[in-house]
Amino acid sequence: MTADAHGDADVALRVRALESLLLEKGLVESPAIDEIIDLFENRLGPQNGARVVARAWSDPEFKARLLANATDAIVEMGYEAVQGEDMVVVENTPRVHNLVVCTLCSCFPWATLGLPPVWYKSAPYRSRAASDPRGVLLEFGTAVADEAEVRVWDSNAELRYMVLPERPAGTDAMGEDELLALVTRDSMIGVTRALAP
Amino acid sequence: MNGIHDMGGMHGFGPIVREADEPVFHHEWEGKALALARIALAGGLFNLDEFRHVMERMPPVQYLSISYYERWLEGAIALLAEKGVISADEFTARLTALAEAGS
Repeated sequence: MTADAHGDADVALRVRALESLLLEKGLVESPAIDEIIDLFENRLGPQNGARVVARAWSDPEFKARLLANATDAIVEMGYEAVQGEDMVVVENTPRVHNLVVCTLCSCFPWATLGLPPVWYKSAPYRSRAASDPRGVLLEFGTAVADEAEVRVWDSNAELRYMVLPERPAGTDAMGEDELLALVTRDSMIGVTRALAP
Repeated sequence: MNGIHDMGGMHGFGPIVREADEPVFHHEWEGKALALARIALAGGLFNLDEFRHVMERMPPVQYLSISYYERWLEGAIALLAEKGVISADEFTARLTALAEAGS
């Protein structure tokens, strides 16, 4: 292993070298590579998590199942765990604001949110989310009242967390499809709230 | 072990930098590096704990100076060498051959 940082062209060449050796040894096949890239680029992503949230906002029985056993409730929506990981969904309320981090690396609820953004995997977020969550939230423009509790959930390989954001005020008449547009990736990590209608 | 990866509570990394409309992958090689590592995991060439551990035991300067998917790539290369799947010499020879073919 070298200690140098490589330029992007050099890194791309290292990937090609690894790929060509694995292909030659019959340890990978090209269609499988394309399939995985397509899965992460097109099929996994926060659009899945938004469906889970919009349904939980609209269907109290589903919400109860989601909070009691998120792994099963998310599978019920058709989103399978990619690595067999368990899911926990935590609910934001006026009294409790939840925030998700992975201080050790990048664990993230792939089934519902896809791959994490770069900032989630970056040293500034990982180092401060647990020690100064209110400061981090303010960086995202999210002020949490002093009297409300902030809970930080540190993800790991086997257990992934997702936030159920508060349903915004003024949305009582909205159906699931309209609500979807209010649910952002960041609101399901807990760094922001859902959008106002 | 209190390694560089155990970042919770560390100071001095500065503000959180965000990117609007961030793509899933910033370079084609990133998706390929992820896919190769996932296939190696699925095929049992190494397991998830070994894969995390190889990244966690990178020299701290390297850990901080390379990008996230480079850590995946370099972790996979190092682990496959340790496992005897692709030796360091074999990898270097292929890298050289590809570089010469491309120039």
